[in-house]
Amino acid sequence: MEVSLNVKRFDPESNAQGPHFQEYNLDVEEYFTVLDALIKVREEMDGSLALRCSCRASICGSCSMRVNGHAKLVCKTKVRDVVNHDHRVTVEPMNNLPVVKDLVTDMEPFWDKVRAIQPWLQPYGTVPEKEYIAPNETMLHLAGVMSCIMCGACVSDCTALEVDKNFIGPAALAKAYRFVGDPRDDAGIDRLRMYGQSGGIWDCTRCMECVQVCPKGVAPMERIMGLRDKAIEAGLSNNNGARHTEAFSELVKHSGRLDELRLPIKTFGIFNFPALIGLLPVGLRALRKGKMPPIIHKSIPGVERVRRIFEKVESKK
Amino acid sequence: MKYAFFPGCVSRGGCPELYPAAVSVCERLGIELEVMEGAACTGAGVLQEKNQRLGDTLNARTFAMAEAMGLPIMTICSTCQGTMSQAHKRLADDCAYMAEINQVLAEEGLEYKGEVVVKHLLWILVEDIGLDNLRSYITTPLAGLKVAPFYGCYIIRPTGALGFEEHPEREDSLEKIIEILGAEVVQYAGKTRCCGFPILTINERNSVAMVANHTLDAKGLGADAMVTPCPLCHLNLDGFQPKAAAQRRTTIDLPILHLPQVVGLAMGMDPKVMGLNRHIMSTKKLLSRVAVEA
Repeated sequence: MEVSLNVKRFDPESNAQGPHFQEYNLDVEEYFTVLDALIKVREEMDGSLALRCSCRASICGSCSMRVNGHAKLVCKTKVRDVVNHDHRVTVEPMNNLPVVKDLVTDMEPFWDKVRAIQPWLQPYGTVPEKEYIAPNETMLHLAGVMSCIMCGACVSDCTALEVDKNFIGPAALAKAYRFVGDPRDDAGIDRLRMYGQSGGIWDCTRCMECVQVCPKGVAPMERIMGLRDKAIEAGLSNNNGARHTEAFSELVKHSGRLDELRLPIKTFGIFNFPALIGLLPVGLRALRKGKMPPIIHKSIPGVERVRRIFEKVESKK
Repeated sequence: MKYAFFPGCVSRGGCPELYPAAVSVCERLGIELEVMEGAACTGAGVLQEKNQRLGDTLNARTFAMAEAMGLPIMTICSTCQGTMSQAHKRLADDCAYMAEINQVLAEEGLEYKGEVVVKHLLWILVEDIGLDNLRSYITTPLAGLKVAPFYGCYIIRPTGALGFEEHPEREDSLEKIIEILGAEVVQYAGKTRCCGFPILTINERNSVAMVANHTLDAKGLGADAMVTPCPLCHLNLDGFQPKAAAQRRTTIDLPILHLPQVVGLAMGMDPKVMGLNRHIMSTKKLLSRVAVEA
């Protein structure tokens, strides 16, 4: 199978050229992965191409790159599954991380963030004579998140990181969930307080890029939602994120559908004048264009049924 | 062709122009709609942060109502579509979970059997109306216009819940529609990214930065307008574009159109009925380039 690999190159030691694309035309076997093709390029066509890989079996997490714009483990990605109609595949280094050379990214910012969530067990109280015992069923919900191989794919495609380098990011927060959810860990409330700060759990956009690109089914965003739930349960709700979730829920319970006029007021708080005044220009522009939710918000017919569902399901939690 | 119409909260709230635009376009295309007035909000992923089972129960209730009507559901919001699709998958994947949820619904005499079909108008246009058929309705091709697609996260991710395996054409459905309407598609990195709306009240700086990135990207590639099947994206990309422009100390002025508005325009429908005068970013210049009926 003929394939044209369009590879993003960058050599920091070369003053001649900044980041640019280089095309390699080669013949690959049907079973070739993108990694096989890149290695063929490096060994047979251009020894200057830099890439990182190790296990070639989607275990070590070394070879995350963007293939046609989305992060993937290239050892797990068959060329035939990603070639477009004119046999082209575009390969770039991961996004949201500094590029060392060509397809190799610097993982230091990634590890810094993982370290920042304190990824070790913090049991309080007496140390048992032997090991800490945890019942099997209390650990089952952590199986998914423990599958994380720290490849960085979720970080590469995170839309919140794209605009804010301070966001702690999906990989570190998935790891954070792993410790908050561990029955042997006693630092839960302190952890949730730390993770709830600026750049933490409430800054996730819920865009699901991380869920889509994770090669191991960790679904980091769902873990972040789990942390939000636990933070609200723990009473850590004095922030816009938690208030937004609570207000949304209350409004839907009240009328069966969202009251968009009251949502920001309830989120910011009726006496939070600076925030509400900040919304004024947007509100006035919308009012002028007739683009405002109705002042009198009507409930859906049969709203009492919806309220009953809220009561019934919430009481079970 | 008849659907149980789930309009969502925003099409009659923050984007009141969307509802009449969608309804009139459907009428023109012969799509019959029965509005699901008694259906509750999907939870939009927000309710699910706090209690996923609660969100799934509300959506199962809507599914059961549609089953009782004997109709597939039509949505006009990427977020409603995605939230329902995810709930649909969780229920389909776990019979015991569905049985528990049905116990709650039984009080109301409802039962969800697991057979509902939920489709966004975007998918209905491509899959049920068909592109060739849609072309036959075009009276005012949008020739010469460059239009940038903006999907909204929930209608493209996660693909496993959205039926992309059975319907691979869903991946570029919006581009297909833009082409059929006679406009040129602007390809840019932001088309499948997040608009920033979910964090608007939490981190406005980041949210507005996303609006700036996508609108400036599209504009830089020559876009005359952006079109989205998601009213929440519209609220941010249109309503917060002035703040995005201020953040970058530049002007953007990119009209953001709802999907049915752009389809309606190409079918020669009245821009006022489409509510094109109700956007924050003016559509006047754009409309002057489309030879519309008075």
